[in-house]
Amino acid sequence: MMSVPRFWRNTKARYRMIGRRCRRCGQVYFPPRNLCRRCRRRGELEEVQLSGRGEVYSFTVIRTPPVGFERSAPYVMALVKLEEGPMVTAQLADVEPEEVRIGMKVRSVFRKIQEDGEAGLIYYGFKFVPVEGEHDVQGE
Amino acid sequence: MKRVAVIGVGLTKFGELWDASFSQLFVEAGTRAINDAGIDGTDVDALYVGNMSGGRFIDQEHISCLIADYAGLTPIPATRVEAACASGGLAIRQGVMAILSGMHEVVVVGGVEKMTDLSTERTTQTLATASDSEWEAFMGMTFPGLYAMMARRHMHEYGTTREQLAMVAVKNHENALHNPYAQFHVRITVEQVLGSPLVADPLRLLDCSPITDGAACVVLASEERAKEFTDSPVFITGSGQASSSIALHSRESITFVDATYNAGQEAYARAGRSPAEVQVAEVHDAFTIGEILAIEGLGLVERGEGGRATEEGETAIGGRIPVNTSGGLKAKGHPVGATGVAQVVEVVLQLRGEAGKRQVDADVGLAHNVGGSGGTAVVHILER
Repeated sequence: MMSVPRFWRNTKARYRMIGRRCRRCGQVYFPPRNLCRRCRRRGELEEVQLSGRGEVYSFTVIRTPPVGFERSAPYVMALVKLEEGPMVTAQLADVEPEEVRIGMKVRSVFRKIQEDGEAGLIYYGFKFVPVEGEHDVQGE
Repeated sequence: MKRVAVIGVGLTKFGELWDASFSQLFVEAGTRAINDAGIDGTDVDALYVGNMSGGRFIDQEHISCLIADYAGLTPIPATRVEAACASGGLAIRQGVMAILSGMHEVVVVGGVEKMTDLSTERTTQTLATASDSEWEAFMGMTFPGLYAMMARRHMHEYGTTREQLAMVAVKNHENALHNPYAQFHVRITVEQVLGSPLVADPLRLLDCSPITDGAACVVLASEERAKEFTDSPVFITGSGQASSSIALHSRESITFVDATYNAGQEAYARAGRSPAEVQVAEVHDAFTIGEILAIEGLGLVERGEGGRATEEGETAIGGRIPVNTSGGLKAKGHPVGATGVAQVVEVVLQLRGEAGKRQVDADVGLAHNVGGSGGTAVVHILER
């Protein structure tokens, strides 16, 4: 589990999908980085708001979960190729595993990711849901 | 590059070794390697140990010191090397570099992991630390999940079939039948793989390497010094290592492992060899798709052809390029820090002609070890 500061320092990205863009070469980074890996020390990174829209590049259904996700399994994890270019690893929500396809259009939603036991922190962040035929947006 | 001799090899049995402790495993493999080399402990100049996560698996860091102590090798310099599942391969490379630098003449390189003292959930979580902890594991991703996404995309792009993935496991279990050190001595069928429980779709239980305890050890020596101990050493003639993004989502491609390609190119160049000259290979099949990605990235088959080559028997014993004659990670077992060293041990046994019923005819062999989902790769070329 993550400590409060370790989680807190990434909340811009986790809660609002704010990434980074290199002013020099235009490359967009999400998850955010502190150094442009193309321009390295010559690069200059600025914050950029991502749209949260993208499509499924590949996916799997996790049936042997790690600690903290026992109650969620089975759940769909995907590589989502964002409109702005970068790819991100996230859970797909509000969709049955058999409905997921490579190329499916998805958008980000704010959800509970995991919790630290009964009395611990609840970690929120983004998941993705299908753009068409989307179901409700409540709950986990 | 100048050649480095492998003058001794040793393994423990791989498996769920409830009776054996971490240090006991290492001492057993190390003793066998030193006996095999015909040297004395006082001949050893330095020790390198590959270990992924003593801290999480058995609450023990400072592994290098622990092993030097329990092996009775103090006060020689002892160094732990870590790159997740590639720790063993990297330890070998550190040993090679120590000798090539002229700093040392005889170096013991071991790899060890004690995995079964944790629950499956904790083990899954520990292995996931080889991914990007904050942006993959934290989101709920697992190691089988990462490889599953590579498999699905490989199937999508190249038409690799579910059955072809299964055939990797079937082949490697067949090979392990003849390896006394292997965790599994059980023949499996494609139907059994396809009927085994799903772990991370499309990968099933029998696509995955097991949780394993074990240790492996080699003794390396400079070519000059090796002459004191043996007339016919196997030589490491090429070594390559490469890094890539730790997270799968940051890679250029998820169906071609660039670190494998880059490490392979370096190793081939240093050895003055081409992929076509390799006659036996141990590659990193932590998952069935891993072997397909490995043989493609190493140039042993064309890109996208790994599934077909497996189906047509090219990678079986007796095929064009036998792959994972030991049973691979899938059937020999995968004690993560030991794996890269155990791969080199198998290639040495093959080149010496000591591989028993799984023996192939080879003068040039290759060992390929991957850390994480492809963030690190290390390749060695061995020749007799």
